[in-house]
Amino acid sequence: MSEDQGNSREAVISIRGLRTAFGDQVIHDGLDLDVFRGEVLGVVGGSGTGKSVLLRTIIGLNPRRQGSIEVFGQDHAHLEEAEQRRLERRWGVLFQNGALFSSLTVTQNVEAPMREHLALPEKLMREIAAMKIALAGLPPDAGAKYPSELSGGMRKRAGLARALALDPEIVFLDEPTAGLDPIGAAAFDALIRELSHSLGLTVFLVTHDLDSLHAICTRIAVLGEKHVIVAGDMQTMLTFGHPWVREYFLGPRGRAAMLDKD
Amino acid sequence: MCPVNNLSRAKPENGRSAGPPDQTQVKRSQGEGGTALEFSGEWTISGLASTDKDLRRWGDEITSRTNLNLAGITRLDTAGAWVIFRTRKMLRDRGLEAEYAHAREEHLALLARVEDGDQPLPPETARPNILMELLAEIGGFMAGAAQEFRALLGFLGLTMSVMGRVLAHPSRLRLTPLVHHLETAGLNAVPIVSLISFLIGMVLAYQGAEQLRQFGAEIFTVELVAISVLREIGILLTAILVAGRSGSAFTAQIGSMKLNEEIDAMRALALDPMEMLVLPRILALIIALPMLGFIADIMGLLGGAVMCWAALDISPGLYMQRLEEWVPVGHFWAGVIKAPFFALIIGLIGCFEGMQVQGGAESVGRLTTKSVVESIFMVIVLDAIFSIYFVVIGL
Repeated sequence: MSEDQGNSREAVISIRGLRTAFGDQVIHDGLDLDVFRGEVLGVVGGSGTGKSVLLRTIIGLNPRRQGSIEVFGQDHAHLEEAEQRRLERRWGVLFQNGALFSSLTVTQNVEAPMREHLALPEKLMREIAAMKIALAGLPPDAGAKYPSELSGGMRKRAGLARALALDPEIVFLDEPTAGLDPIGAAAFDALIRELSHSLGLTVFLVTHDLDSLHAICTRIAVLGEKHVIVAGDMQTMLTFGHPWVREYFLGPRGRAAMLDKD
Repeated sequence: MCPVNNLSRAKPENGRSAGPPDQTQVKRSQGEGGTALEFSGEWTISGLASTDKDLRRWGDEITSRTNLNLAGITRLDTAGAWVIFRTRKMLRDRGLEAEYAHAREEHLALLARVEDGDQPLPPETARPNILMELLAEIGGFMAGAAQEFRALLGFLGLTMSVMGRVLAHPSRLRLTPLVHHLETAGLNAVPIVSLISFLIGMVLAYQGAEQLRQFGAEIFTVELVAISVLREIGILLTAILVAGRSGSAFTAQIGSMKLNEEIDAMRALALDPMEMLVLPRILALIIALPMLGFIADIMGLLGGAVMCWAALDISPGLYMQRLEEWVPVGHFWAGVIKAPFFALIIGLIGCFEGMQVQGGAESVGRLTTKSVVESIFMVIVLDAIFSIYFVVIGL
């Protein structure tokens, strides 16, 4: 992954003319979005603007009505099943509540994708799982625990460890800091920034957390009115004229987050 | 003397679709300055299986100063970096000098990152002897069963005290959930209970007649069907059906409410879950089960009558006459009197196991199964106790 870093404007995800709907309710219409290699893209928008739906549509969990979504130049919906599996191995997903398998320990959760997709020796798999658990910032004894024995923050870290199990090139994070205390959220932000930097990850981050946007996102896309209202860096957001965007970034919470950063 | 090992592994089916298939290669050579390990190819997680084994062996084998030459690596991920780092660590732990050489900057950063994640593996738990394990399992099961029986008795006591409280203040009885559960556990069970009892009545009549015909005593088929349906089968069958239909539903409902913290929310709002959830369910079963048992009795007798008419030429009139003459109503009471007790047991176990749910979805499934098996078992045990008791008191 590292040799590609020079070419920083290569779009790894490219969405064109996307339309999704549940029954009569149209969620996205004519949505265009690019995610470039190595960037941390924050996706924001009011409740019900389809941020999570967009994430789920990209990874193929939600059907779409129209449009194309190319990840690494391939459209998931038009691939053979084996090619789909191969593409899915190149991304990792952290669901909102971790979505850990409740009948497996944390270590087994992290090993699950390796066990399923690769033929690795047992011991190497345990070593790699232990390393990923440590990289996700969990203490060593967390590996033997079941998800129900973990706190919310630890569950998210465990979910991140599982998302990173196959060394993906893109990680999708669905509100990773929601429900964490400010200190835990800041630590999680730092972890994501550090991992994305040292592992050369591309991060697709759905969030409501203004602090996260300031702290780790290199680019922000605002969802609303069924499409991307604006995409760009923080400076673009702060000078953009759309009323919702102004309210979001320049409202009391937005300003507080900016002060924090300064 | 230059031992050279060349390892390569290609796994086309696992290869990333862009670029060549994943390969990890490492070459070991002995030079003047010590050992050199030359790493090349794509050091990513999908190609590690074979090189891992050799590197682990070499980590124990090599006795000289070692250079880990990383110049040939085209692609590196954390898993690959881990294996390289581990090799160096194994050598260093044995007091040897081992250094990375010609590594790219970003690869060094990744290797440093992986070093942060280095921690001792938890010791592998030794598998105890299988006999010991079996004994321990049996012991654990017995201890668990005893503990659980005590807890169930405690729950019975709690239910009784809540029931007493509600009887003292009838306005505390939740009428809406009671009626709702009467409908789902009682009324909605009528078709299946009727159908099954009807069929069993037919089967009993047919099988009984086959045997009794050998003594020329077919006419006793009526008593056979009537007594067995009224005393035992009607009510037992109903109880088993209700345990499977409603006992399991109680466990699953209360269990998922517990997972969803609804039970805690009730307690926090000073609402008693025993009063809100458990009592209406148990009371509904206690009211519904005798009625269902009565329906089962009637349908069983009806099934017997149909079969007697069809196969034995015993007309419905004759059937009724023999019933009235030879089957005293005591048999019916001996059956139906058991129904409220069965209902109490089914409701109690169903709700109790629901309250035991903790952790995740798996626990709901396990305890639902347990609740059905336990309540059917307890119903049959209780039925046996009743039989002995009725013999003793001559009912």
